[in-house]
Amino acid sequence: MTSTVDTVRELTYAEAIREALAQAMEADERVFLFGEDVGIYGGAFGVTGDLVHRFGTERVRDTPISELGIVGAAVGAALAGMRPIVEIQFSDFTAQAMDQIANQAAKIHFMLGGAAEVPMVLRAPGGSGTGAAAQHSQSLEAWFAHVPGLKVVMPATVADAKGLLLAAIDDPNPVVVLEHKLLYKQSGQVPADSGRVPLGEAAIRREGTDLTMVATGVMVSRALEAADQLAADGISATVVDPRTLKPLDSGSIVDAVVATGRALLVQEAPRSGGFMAEVAALIGDSPAFGYLRAPIRRLCGLDVPIPYAPQLERAAVPQVPDIVAEATRLVREW
Amino acid sequence: MDLTKDAEAAQSALRTMWTIRRFEEAVDDLFGRGLMHGTMHLSIGQEAVPTGACLALADGDYITSTHRGHGHCIAKGAKLDRMMAELLAKETGYCRGRGGSMHIADVATGNLGANGIVAGGVPIAAGAGLAVRMRRQPHAVLSFFGDGAVNEGAWHEGVNLAAIWDLPVVFVCENNHYGMSMAVNKAFRVERLAERAKAYGIPGVTVDGNDPQAVHDAVAEAVERARAGRGPSLIEAVTYRWKGHSKSDKNLYRSREEIDSWRERDPITLFEAAVLGSGTLAEAELERCRDEARDAVRDAIRTANAAPDAAADELASAVYAGGPS
Ligand SMILES: Cc1ncc(C[n+]2csc(CCOP(=O)(O)OP(=O)(O)O)c2C)c(N)n1
Ligand SMILES: [Mg+2]
Repeated sequence: MTSTVDTVRELTYAEAIREALAQAMEADERVFLFGEDVGIYGGAFGVTGDLVHRFGTERVRDTPISELGIVGAAVGAALAGMRPIVEIQFSDFTAQAMDQIANQAAKIHFMLGGAAEVPMVLRAPGGSGTGAAAQHSQSLEAWFAHVPGLKVVMPATVADAKGLLLAAIDDPNPVVVLEHKLLYKQSGQVPADSGRVPLGEAAIRREGTDLTMVATGVMVSRALEAADQLAADGISATVVDPRTLKPLDSGSIVDAVVATGRALLVQEAPRSGGFMAEVAALIGDSPAFGYLRAPIRRLCGLDVPIPYAPQLERAAVPQVPDIVAEATRLVREW
Repeated sequence: MDLTKDAEAAQSALRTMWTIRRFEEAVDDLFGRGLMHGTMHLSIGQEAVPTGACLALADGDYITSTHRGHGHCIAKGAKLDRMMAELLAKETGYCRGRGGSMHIADVATGNLGANGIVAGGVPIAAGAGLAVRMRRQPHAVLSFFGDGAVNEGAWHEGVNLAAIWDLPVVFVCENNHYGMSMAVNKAFRVERLAERAKAYGIPGVTVDGNDPQAVHDAVAEAVERARAGRGPSLIEAVTYRWKGHSKSDKNLYRSREEIDSWRERDPITLFEAAVLGSGTLAEAELERCRDEARDAVRDAIRTANAAPDAAADELASAVYAGGPS
């Protein structure tokens, strides 16, 4: 038996996504891409890059500015035997497409009694930090996680950007992949051939004893940075990255909280109705409740639209010092 | 109004076009030097459209604008220092640093705002027209949008509402040949975007968007029609964006020759030649318009730079009208 050795290389988050797209298109001719400026422009954030030159304009299609049409066409193509991947330039513009996402893609399999499948992927970048202001900076994961029938993924590392996308493409359901703008240029190790990351499995990014931080998106790296600083101060933190919000790996989260007895939940999105409220309720409802030594705390974006001015934008979402301060309070006061 | 024969109108048009040009060149420079943050969409090369269009409007008329909205804002009468302060994230900016370039608005001059959402302003313009009608006001509403907006659902719904209710709205499409990298001839099967008007039963015309007179005449006629209660119109102003879509644009979708051929049709150069040729303005008067524009932009930068930075402490109480909830 010959064992294949998978090479691991350093790629950026954007390159890792591109590699997943290319491998999926090579492996399955039903897979194709479309969206605004994904062709010759290479995508607004450069993610699709040279794919149009490699796969042609039939499979890497530029569209007019018509988000509802784009997602609806993906639903139709998926129903009729293709495996479409669409890019929505900023996740904020999923608002334009929401009927096709929430009323069509999400529900068709169920409403038709299981007679049809909608195997499509919607990729969109979210998050603040670029000065793009209120209509180009939102973190909308809770919108999607609230709709039965959608799967929701938030890759926080370069390897996951590839691995989760490959799994999303394989999935027979509509999967919303929320990328983060601030991560596109970050580099990390990525396996060349494999590296599929199953949907619904959290990653324990760091193990500690004093508290468990659950963080999503760009907050994962901020929580890890905070954990390093906390360690210097004698506080030992676990960091859990759920990776998939729907289906959520509740077991890993509960186990991690059981082990430390304290939970700090960190999200960029505004607090009210946010996904971490769901995680808090999950912990409260679980056997971890009996192990809690402190109230469950959330550190979230303010309940405000993202402002333009850099100092305002920073103040609107959790930063590393905020996480350190909140974690320290939680451990020292309880 | 004959912009090339009436000296006062000619100077006004020229000063506005130069002010837009100099303002955006300054913004480009500040951005390039890292002194301005965020993202930037420049309308250099398209100055004749907002200039000609807004000269056909009166006080009390409204506009809705776009992500490429500095020109609309200036032409409708905004103060340069408050615009510059907004882009420089200052407390004295039109939006107190909360909106930036993509949300710049001067509500006092009837500018209901730039928009980060393509076609977002189109149904809003219909709604403003509805309010004007219901309040029995004499005003008109002018909605600026790009060619790309014409393929959004919101555009069709907004235009149709204005049409069936005979609302006093003028829809002005700045066809600059591209929506980001998407060429108009790839995004549409119709030859002229003005043809879309037929589907809604309203008049549609195509004009030279690099000629402020042509834009002005078409808009003036449409405004008159709107005020008379005869409903909306669609005007397609054909022009060209000289700069990239935004800072990330490598211009891979168009040729250097194409850009150069449009730079030769510079709306400002052409207009200056026309007013000189007709004897309406002398070279010294042209020079004065240019100097005034340059000085106004310099003053705006100086004033804005001296202003305090936008303050973060009131964010949470800034979300709802009527104070904190
Ligand atoms: C709903 C929506 N989709 C996509 C975008 C991203 N985007 C911003 S401007 C733009 C191109 C707009 O083209 P056009 O309407 O022709 O205006 P122009 O930029 O040429 O002035 C795109 C795709 C957006 N801001 N809003
Ligand atoms: Mg355009």
